[in-house]
Amino acid sequence: MRMSKLAQAIRDAAKKLLEEKKVDLVVGFAKGSLPLRSTPCFIRKPEEAAALTWDYTCENNLANYLRKREGKVAVVAKGCDARSIVTLIQENQINRDNLYVIGVPCSGMIDRFKVEEAVDGREVLEVEDKGDALVLKGKGFAREVKLSDLCHDTCKVCRHGNPVIYDMLAGEPVPAKPEDTFADVAAFEALSPAERRAALAAEFSRCIRCYACRNACPMCYCTECFVDCSTPVWIKKTPDVDDNIMFQAGRVFHSAGRCADCGACDRACPMGINLRGMTRKMVKEVKELFGHEAGVSLDEKPALSEFKADDPQPFLVKE
Amino acid sequence: MIIAKNDLPGLLDKLMSEYEVYAPVKEGAYSLYKKIKSGSEACFGYVNSKIPPKGVLFPQSEKLFCYNMTGEGAKLEECIDSGKKVVFGIRPCDAKSLLLLDNVFNNDKFRDPYYLTRRENTLLVGMACLEPAGTCFCTSMGTGPFDKAGLDIMLTDIGDAYLVEPVSEKGGALAAGLGLSAAGEEQKAAAAKARDSAEVACRVNIEGLKARLDANFYDPIWERFHEKCLGCAACTYSCPTCHCFDIVDEAVDCNGCRVRNWDSCMFPLFTLHGSGHNPRPGGKERMRQRVMHKFKYFVDNFNATACVGCGRCIKNCPVNLDIREILADIQGEGRSDK
Ligand code: SF4
Ligand code: SF4
Ligand code: SF4
Ligand code: SF4
Repeated sequence: MRMSKLAQAIRDAAKKLLEEKKVDLVVGFAKGSLPLRSTPCFIRKPEEAAALTWDYTCENNLANYLRKREGKVAVVAKGCDARSIVTLIQENQINRDNLYVIGVPCSGMIDRFKVEEAVDGREVLEVEDKGDALVLKGKGFAREVKLSDLCHDTCKVCRHGNPVIYDMLAGEPVPAKPEDTFADVAAFEALSPAERRAALAAEFSRCIRCYACRNACPMCYCTECFVDCSTPVWIKKTPDVDDNIMFQAGRVFHSAGRCADCGACDRACPMGINLRGMTRKMVKEVKELFGHEAGVSLDEKPALSEFKADDPQPFLVKE
Repeated sequence: MIIAKNDLPGLLDKLMSEYEVYAPVKEGAYSLYKKIKSGSEACFGYVNSKIPPKGVLFPQSEKLFCYNMTGEGAKLEECIDSGKKVVFGIRPCDAKSLLLLDNVFNNDKFRDPYYLTRRENTLLVGMACLEPAGTCFCTSMGTGPFDKAGLDIMLTDIGDAYLVEPVSEKGGALAAGLGLSAAGEEQKAAAAKARDSAEVACRVNIEGLKARLDANFYDPIWERFHEKCLGCAACTYSCPTCHCFDIVDEAVDCNGCRVRNWDSCMFPLFTLHGSGHNPRPGGKERMRQRVMHKFKYFVDNFNATACVGCGRCIKNCPVNLDIREILADIQGEGRSDK
């Protein structure tokens, strides 16, 4: 279905939900202030629903705005948002009875860094949509790029573009995709420890510790994050490479079995650091060790919340 | 004076024998100001750097002093950086931001030796903006693409060369020592033409803004702005005028350093009291602080607005929260209702 039709379906649904007082709030996306950007928006009146939109720029994970909400809330959820929602329901952060999910099948979101790279850092002022390609235009240039070449790497391997839970579905389901081979993680694992260290250091030397990654992640909701704790000081506040890596390593361990590989952290990072390199390593470990994928089903217990007497434990004793 | 583009790397190399030279360096799709090791690293074909060069004078993390405790007592070593520096290719908005920061680090109550020593030893060579970005609104904030305020030298791109205009006495002395050839009338005309064609299209109306902020601290308008905000520091850490810092001791056993790190009013730890009380407990109060500080408190304190319209906070925000829209909303222009 065309993006504009999807957007209309979302607007209609939101308006109706608010008119019929089924919800007090709709969390969705509005048109952003820059080319190829949309922005999370909060709609409380039926007449405001016209501001809602939908296209390949709706990259933020809106599950992040749903924890511990008062009242009834509807959310516009693409595949990865829906998986995060499932996990948050399981973790008692969202009350399913108070949530209405407007599911949107998703075929991928645009990576702003790929756009910038495609035009060599120049400023895109206007975009022409040609269906499966975009023409990126700026002062003295116009470049046509295939939509699939601009897609986030997350979206390329995502098998759950169709929301796993929803109360209504806007649009037609997207076709199924093959199993994720984790080729990127395997390539990292194939490196020697020194090479792995160097690769991580190269990425995380650019970190400015703005914590956009942590704050964009729906799963990072501790009242006090370990990086903010001052008694004791778990890691230095100074952004040096080792502590930057420690910060990410801590974050990744804390979201083991909970991370839906939505890429929200990676998308939020203003420095364009590859955060999925680390998060996906953990996603792969959890899948291999426990056969668990976060947020795929409400009935499946999260990997680290379940204990079986015959759990394999080769990391403890030889089996 | 004029310098051919081909000669620029050599000139930077020459400067490097006497100064630490900071210049924009390409990092993938964006640029960052870095201390260069060779003149050929510098790359001036950028709109503006990802993070402002304010860190050359006010580093994200700096050691104030180091200490060592022994049986004989404490030994202190102060870390004042008096190295001679040149920031080469700084944009006019970023130079202007340093004039604003001077108010903070050098006033009746405080003189910050760390910042001021660096400031005294740093020359700013500016690069006029011939292609301002769509997010630039510098001309609304009392500066502009050719503003020479705060610069020692101004460069203007005229195709295969730069027109070199000394601005300050120090800049004049530096330029005189470089053995540059004089600019002809034709080259001066080319620079003037380039300037005329550059345009800052975006305008932000701040007329009367301060008066509104004086009166609207309790206005319900603040309930909405922060709603989508994540509370990160992508905006404040990329802002050339933000200057909040946090001082911590980083020590192992008896050896340590007192370190000053950038802080951000968008963080939950900002102004968290020892008692556990926080006067800015949530997103609403934090966003209000960010806006109030830039457009009211700074004006109260120093009679200037703490924003130079560089647009970085707009580009870097992960949820596209646009300060221009907040300001328009406060001004009753309803930009975000579009
Ligand atoms: S978002 Fe990027 S720069 Fe900011 S703390 Fe995370 S990794 Fe570092
Ligand atoms: S507030 Fe935004 S636009 Fe203004 S100087 Fe700071 S980063 Fe630039
Ligand atoms: S209070 Fe906020 S807006 Fe003001 S300088 Fe500090 S970080 Fe920037
Ligand atoms: S960058 Fe955006 S999300 Fe982060 S604190 Fe600033 S306004 Fe909020």
